Amino acid sequence: MVKVTMTVNGRTASGEVEGRTLLSGFLREELGLTGTHVGCDTSQCGACVVHVDGKAVKSCTMLAAEADGAEIATIEGQAAPDGTLNVIQQAFQDHHGLQCGFCTPGMVMSAAALLKDNPKPSEQEIREYLEGNLCRCTGYHNIVKAIMAASGQDVSAVAAE
Amino acid sequence: MYEFEFEKPSTIADAVKALGEEDAQALGGGQTLIPTLKQRLAMPSTLVSLSGIAEMRGVCPDGDAIAIGGATTHAEVEAATADSYPALSALAGQIGDPAVRNRGTIGGSLANNDPSACYPAAALASGATIVTNAREIAADDYFQGLFTTALDEGEIITNVRMPVPQAAHYEKFVQPASRFALVGVFVARFADGVRVAVTGASEEGVFRWSEAEAALAGNFDPAAIDGLSVDAEGMIGDLHGTKAYRAHLVGVITKRAVAAAA
Ligand SMILES: Cc1cc2nc3c(=O)[nH]c(=O)nc-3n(C[C@H](O)[C@H](O)[C@H](O)COP(=O)(O)OP(=O)(O)OC[C@H]3O[C@@H](n4cnc5c(N)ncnc54)[C@H](O)[C@@H]3O)c2cc1C
Ligand code: FES
Ligand code: FES
Repeated sequence: MVKVTMTVNGRTASGEVEGRTLLSGFLREELGLTGTHVGCDTSQCGACVVHVDGKAVKSCTMLAAEADGAEIATIEGQAAPDGTLNVIQQAFQDHHGLQCGFCTPGMVMSAAALLKDNPKPSEQEIREYLEGNLCRCTGYHNIVKAIMAASGQDVSAVAAE
Repeated sequence: MYEFEFEKPSTIADAVKALGEEDAQALGGGQTLIPTLKQRLAMPSTLVSLSGIAEMRGVCPDGDAIAIGGATTHAEVEAATADSYPALSALAGQIGDPAVRNRGTIGGSLANNDPSACYPAAALASGATIVTNAREIAADDYFQGLFTTALDEGEIITNVRMPVPQAAHYEKFVQPASRFALVGVFVARFADGVRVAVTGASEEGVFRWSEAEAALAGNFDPAAIDGLSVDAEGMIGDLHGTKAYRAHLVGVITKRAVAAAA
């Protein structure tokens, strides 16, 4: 067993984990933060994306022990404490960027990582950045549109309503 | 996954010592190894993480070359070589997706030597030197076939020294489901010749296409490739493309790489 301590959404979290415990498992099962979804468990779908020290990472493909000492941000920390959605979440709602919602936590966390580095991405840059985030429902157009809107850009030119 | 112990040393010496234990294995970014462990295709007793070893991270100039720490992530290489070696930066920026690039490392990629991976093409075309805890290995001697390298048990890639060519380009024909290269060609022109490394195509893994190198040395132009072809025998044939298709792509992608580099 390995002792780990990390900061998750601003709060300190500690626990004892097995070597093989995944970060996704630690977040969901130890901390009860089930907003981080496990869609494939094979590094393909991106539903499990969280931020580790500010960088987007697939939490199903990182050991919890590797995150010792790290700063983790998950979907649960995105809205304000009173439940007010952040600008990306609100844009997903306004632009119908989700249907079943399974991919959404990963989409929102990837979008947040993108906008931090690139505050005004082009449509093409958004599509490229979401290469590792799969959605079975929306066909992506409205996700791209929501991210354009969240970055304060005009979305009228983005394809298909 | 089978259970294993986890260690995270902060120096190369401690990592080498930990890897001396029976069935201990190095952990880079885990982007290949963790999926492998999930399939129970490996059963290490201990994983020795290399991510906490500061002397194995980062990129610095080294004469006419650049030196890249073995535990440097793809995203870090992309950012740090944008000016010093743009073709390498572009290659790193095309690996997988952003989350994979934030974890995966150059050392892990070269140690794994997947026949469709991108970095092996860059290392071979650049005439890189693979620096380990024990010795220096020329790229020409390092790659030894499918998932096989010159590395010994417990030997770790601490640094990769890449000579910077006068002109270079990596052209990747993406296999869209895996995002690896269906065929990828790295072309590098140096003062004393041209090196062409092909990944994704051969059953033997990355290889140098010497006929193309000879033709391009005299005339660094896509037209120099006209009439040259690689033998379809020995190419990978799978549901993504036949042997003949891959052999054809090698020519096409090499021309595109030369056109972009010239
Ligand atoms: C969705 C997805 C898409 C991908 N797309 C691409 C792509 O387009 N192109 C591409 O090239 N790759 C791709 N990859 C692979 C990715 O680049 C991996 O990061 C890389 O192959 C392995 O690096 P790692 O640091 O994650 O190594 P790990 O997975 O940690 O280790 C891989 C192997 O190398 C050994 N090892 C690790 N570091 C060292 C070291 N410093 N010295 C000696 N041995 C070491 C380990 O023991 C293990 O055997 C993709 C992966 C995923 C999940
Ligand atoms: S659950 Fe992690 S990538 Fe799909
Ligand atoms: S909204 Fe259903 S998977 Fe994306």
